[in-house]
Amino acid sequence: MTEAAVEARSARKEYGAGDKKVRALNDVSLVINKGEFFTLLGPSGCGKTTLLRLIAGFESPTSGMILLGARDISTMAPYDRPVNTVFQSYALFPHLSVADNIGFGLAMQGTPKAQVDARVAEMLALVKLEAFSERRPQQLSGGQQQRVALARALAPEPEVLLLDEPLSALDLKLRKEMQLELKRLQSETGITFVFVTHDQEEALTMSDRIGVMRDGSILQIGGPREIYNKPVNRFVADFIGETNVLTGTVETGGVRLPTGDVIAVDNLDAAAQGSKVSLAVRPEQVRIGDGALSARVAETVYFGTDTHCHLRMSDDTEVVARMQSPPSGDTGLHEGQQVSFDFVPGAVRVLED
Amino acid sequence: MARNKSFSVTTLPGFTAIALTTFVLLYAPIVTMVIYSFNDSESVALWGGFSIRWYVEAWDNTQVQQATVRSLVIAVSAAFISTTVATMAALGTTRRGRFKGQTLIYVMINQPLMVPEIVTAVALLIFFASIKVATGYTGLAYLILAHSAFCVPFAYLPIRARLEGMDLALETAAADLYARPWQTFRHVTLPLMMPGIAAGAMLAFVISLDDVIITEFVKSAGQDTLPTYMLGQLRRAVTPEVNAISTALLALTVLLLTAFFILNRKRD
Ligand SMILES: Nc1ncnc2c1ncn2[C@@H]1O[C@H](COP(=O)(O)OP(=O)(O)OP(=O)(O)O)[C@@H](O)[C@H]1O
Ligand SMILES: [Mg+2]
Repeated sequence: MTEAAVEARSARKEYGAGDKKVRALNDVSLVINKGEFFTLLGPSGCGKTTLLRLIAGFESPTSGMILLGARDISTMAPYDRPVNTVFQSYALFPHLSVADNIGFGLAMQGTPKAQVDARVAEMLALVKLEAFSERRPQQLSGGQQQRVALARALAPEPEVLLLDEPLSALDLKLRKEMQLELKRLQSETGITFVFVTHDQEEALTMSDRIGVMRDGSILQIGGPREIYNKPVNRFVADFIGETNVLTGTVETGGVRLPTGDVIAVDNLDAAAQGSKVSLAVRPEQVRIGDGALSARVAETVYFGTDTHCHLRMSDDTEVVARMQSPPSGDTGLHEGQQVSFDFVPGAVRVLED
Repeated sequence: MARNKSFSVTTLPGFTAIALTTFVLLYAPIVTMVIYSFNDSESVALWGGFSIRWYVEAWDNTQVQQATVRSLVIAVSAAFISTTVATMAALGTTRRGRFKGQTLIYVMINQPLMVPEIVTAVALLIFFASIKVATGYTGLAYLILAHSAFCVPFAYLPIRARLEGMDLALETAAADLYARPWQTFRHVTLPLMMPGIAAGAMLAFVISLDDVIITEFVKSAGQDTLPTYMLGQLRRAVTPEVNAISTALLALTVLLLTAFFILNRKRD
């Protein structure tokens, strides 16, 4: 059995009062396991930062509970929680050197100076900033500041590390580097990471599990593959990568599309016969050639390694198929051509709305 | 070239002339004063050759000596007290969002900047006179208190500016890193507001050192500060001694300002 590192039980957070009351978190329940790389993913304003602030202790929940291990920490002050944060703005102390920034947490805990120095040296090596220990934060590049913020938060060996969009200020190349670096640090330290991002690709590549949020609620929690392949509703399907959405009527043995074709659907158990449903299927799970369905090629778009082929079925529903571009770059498909296609078995799923 | 030319005051006719006149009016008297402080003659207006005799005379004048010590004691005390008060006021008024009565508080703190100084002086005179009668105490404390009070806004403004520019996330970060509230204040807030406090203390010191009106009204007999002593001299025969003292005061101020700028530059 995995052990819980952090738990939220019906955590609700409201800001303001009266007419101006904003519910930033709507009774969120969630368990984050020890040693896990957990990502909160969602659009701007969905309450990701608010949830982190509740865990860090900068805010207390309006109702509900936050637990650390088995302890209720809902009302504990931030300086008493063995939880550290990497802030989006880094929030490095401008009047302290890089080394003093990293040693700050330990120094505040009253750790003897020799021990602090040893730990700071260790952290500087971990984030490869040995040469910069005496600099001030404002004399560092964005990526270097980012690593100082990381080292500062890791130095006191927290039980949980919270990272609020730590990579969003970096350019693409540096961002990719830091993603790998973060993964490495997490597996080396074994600390539970709670990572916030609104970049679905970042979430998919880095996380053990992802919680997708919208309007203060968690819609789905699962591993990257599960979230990607089995989105519970249209919002998750749309937010995580591109998806084809089809509509149809439930029948025995599958769903009848407006074109009259019946297709097999994976998770149909709950849907009542005759009811209208939305279906999702990823573009890479559409196979052109030799299928039961037919369509006309509306357009092909070349993306380098991939080519997207837009298919139009007889009822004008559009389905996008993604395939690897052949070495010549030419897929042999041209506009107006009639093709047959089908979906990878198990790929089509019913969406909740 | 003519396209995209934005409005600039520097191109207005007469700009250069006005600027030059202003600078001349600002600096010519000071330069004259400094030059005439080295005048060998008894008169402030007639040049009698170079000498430092007025500096020597001022230095040897026990009245000047006592007034100088008194001025410094008052200015240092007032700067210390008013800066402490101003620091607390700034912390109290800036560490949160807008609050009810904020403008009123600002006006109240900055009252000495708005009420005519002569009014404050008369009010203090009457207020302290009754206390002097009641207690029999006539020491320097009255002057120190009065100076502390009117120096508060001068100390407050730079400290508040500094605090308003400070990122509140830094204090959150400190709390996140196990700093208790007083540790956060001691290790983060205070060091970051230090340049503001230093600027405030300096301003308060200079303002106190320079004050005539309130001092003249509040002081007891024989409590001349340098400025009131000089004012007293005007009523008799003015000698270049006044020039010498003024020049020394000017030098002190310039020295303080320079030290302050150098310190500030090092910090950032
Ligand atoms: N201090 C506050 N007072 C009032 N409303 C707030 C406050 N902080 C956040 N909110 C509101 O709560 C909601 C959630 O905000 P939050 O900062 O948690 O979003 P987020 O998911 O982190 O967004 P982003 O990706 O833009 O950082 C938003 O609607 C926001 O306007
Ligand atoms: Mg946020």
